[in-house]
Amino acid sequence: MATVYELLDWLQSDQPSSRTQARVSAAYKLCILLGKNRLAMFGILIIACLVLISCFAPVIAPMDPYSQNLQARLSPPLTEGHLLGTDSLGRDILSRLIYGSRITLLVVALVIAIAPVFGLLIGTVAGYVGGWVDSFLMGLTDIFLAFPRLVLALAFVAAVGAGIENAVLAISLTAWPPYARIARAETLTIRSSEFIAAIKLQGARPLRIVVLHVWPLCISSLIVRVTLDMAGIILTAAGLGFLGLGAQPPSPEWGAMISEGRRFILDSWWVATFPGLAIFFVSLGFNLLGDGLRDVIDPKAHKS
Amino acid sequence: MLRVENLGVWFGGREVHIHAVKEVSFQVTTGSSFGLIGESGSGKSTILRAIVGLIRNLSGEIEIDGSQLCVARSKDFYKAVQMVFQDPYGSLHPRQTVDRVLAETLHLHEFTDSEKRIQKLLDDVGLGQEFRFRYPHQLSGGQRQRVSIARALAPEPRLLLLDEPTSALDVSVQAEILNLLSDLRESRGLTYLLVSHDIPVVAHMCDVVGFMKHGKLVETVSTAELRRGNMLHDYSRDLLLASGYEYKSQPGPLSEFNQQ
Repeated sequence: MATVYELLDWLQSDQPSSRTQARVSAAYKLCILLGKNRLAMFGILIIACLVLISCFAPVIAPMDPYSQNLQARLSPPLTEGHLLGTDSLGRDILSRLIYGSRITLLVVALVIAIAPVFGLLIGTVAGYVGGWVDSFLMGLTDIFLAFPRLVLALAFVAAVGAGIENAVLAISLTAWPPYARIARAETLTIRSSEFIAAIKLQGARPLRIVVLHVWPLCISSLIVRVTLDMAGIILTAAGLGFLGLGAQPPSPEWGAMISEGRRFILDSWWVATFPGLAIFFVSLGFNLLGDGLRDVIDPKAHKS
Repeated sequence: MLRVENLGVWFGGREVHIHAVKEVSFQVTTGSSFGLIGESGSGKSTILRAIVGLIRNLSGEIEIDGSQLCVARSKDFYKAVQMVFQDPYGSLHPRQTVDRVLAETLHLHEFTDSEKRIQKLLDDVGLGQEFRFRYPHQLSGGQRQRVSIARALAPEPRLLLLDEPTSALDVSVQAEILNLLSDLRESRGLTYLLVSHDIPVVAHMCDVVGFMKHGKLVETVSTAELRRGNMLHDYSRDLLLASGYEYKSQPGPLSEFNQQ
C-alpha cells in the first residue's frame, strides 16, 4: 500500500528531481485530466476494443472469413453457428467483421504515419521561412484543397490501380493539406514569440528551431485534428472499398462488405447493416477521443 | 564595448516606410551600465532587437569591441552579447523544463560540463535545484524571469541587453530582480544596456541615461546629473517630472532615487 502512495506522490510532485520524473508526471497529469472526461474514455474503450479484436482475430473469430458455404448463403442473424448471419457466398459475417478490423486499423495507422507528418513538415517550413517558399508551398496546398476529397482519391486510385495500399496513399494525399494549413497558422504565431527569439540568440539554426521548438507546439493541435478526422478517413476508406477501388474481394474490408450487401439490402438487411454499424462505432470512438483530447491538450482550450 | 553609430531602423515595405529609430548614436563603455528611457513606442526595444540581429532592416553601424557587425551574427557574437526579454511569460518555451532550456543553451554554445553549469547557473540566479525540472507554468513571474536571466548568462556573455526586465513583474519582485541584476553585474563584471520606461529603475541601475523620443536619442546624461535635474532638453525634464511625481508617494526599492 505504502509503495502505491509513494508512487502517486512521485507522479504528482511539483518538484520533480529528474528529467524522467518531470516527463512522466506531466504525462500522468494529462491522463488524469483525460480520465475525467467520460465520453473520451468511452472513445478510448471503443478503440481499445478495436485494437484487441484485431490482435486476437484468429482466436476470437468463430470461422474462417474466407470459407464459403453456398448452402447456408444469406442466413439471417442468430442462425446456428452464424451469430450475425452470412453473406451471399455463405461466409460468416461476424468473422469477416473481426478480420476486417485489421484492415481498418492498418488504414488508420498508415494514414496517421503519412498525412499529418507531411502536413506538419510543409506547414511549419512554410510558416517559419515565409517569403516565396511560403507562397509556393501554400499554393500547392491550395491546389490539393481545391479538389473534392473523394474525387481526388478516386482519380489517384484509378491512375495507379486499386488496392488497399494505394487507397491509403490516396487518402493521405487528400488528407494532408488541412494539416499543413493548421501547422502554418500555428507556426506564424509561434515564430514571432519571444522564446523563439531567445533561442535564435543562442545561435540556433532554423532547422533546429523548427524541429525542436515549433513542432512540439504544433503537434498537440494536430493530434486533436487527426483524431477528429479519423472518422472521415475510415469513411473514405470504406467509400473507396464500396466503389470497388479500395480493398479487393475477397478481403473482408467493411466498405466492400457494405457494397456487396447493397444488392440484397431489401430482403437480407444484415449483410450491409453490420459492417455499417462497425464503421459507425469505430468512427464514433475516434470522434469522442478527439473531442476529449481537444479539451485536454489543445493549448488554445486552456491557457496556462 | 558597444558603439552604435547613426543607427536607423525601419519597418514596412517599399511604399510605406515607418522609421522606428532615426540616427541614434551612443557608446557603452566596458563595465558600465547604460540606460535607455522613453515613452512607449519611442524605439527603445527596437534598438536592442537591432543590435542582436532580430531586426534586419537597419542602417548605420554597430560595433562590439571595435569590430563592426555584419548582417549575420556569428556564434562569437552570441557568446559575447545576450538579451533578457521583457515578458517572462512569453520568453520561455511552454513545453520545456528549466533544465531543458539551460541544457540546450549550453549545448548550442558547445559547453561539455553542462550538468555542473546548470547547477551553478540556478544557484547564481537564486533559484534552488528544486526548480530545475519544472515547466514554466509551475513557476511564478519572478522565477521565470530568473530562468531567463540564467539562460542569458549561460554562454558567459560580457554585454547583457535588458529589455524592460521588470515591467511585467509586481513591485516587490521587481526589487528582487533588480538587486539580482546589480549583484550579477558586480560579480561577473558585466556591461548592461538597459531599456525601461521607468526612470527610477534606470536611475537605480545605470551610470548613464539616454532619453528617447519618437525614435531619436534626444539627450544623454549621467545618472548624477539626472538626480540633480540637470537636463538640457525639455522632453527629458517633462519625463522626469511626470514619473518623479508618480513615484514620490510609493515606497519601494527606489527610495534612493526618491530622496534626491
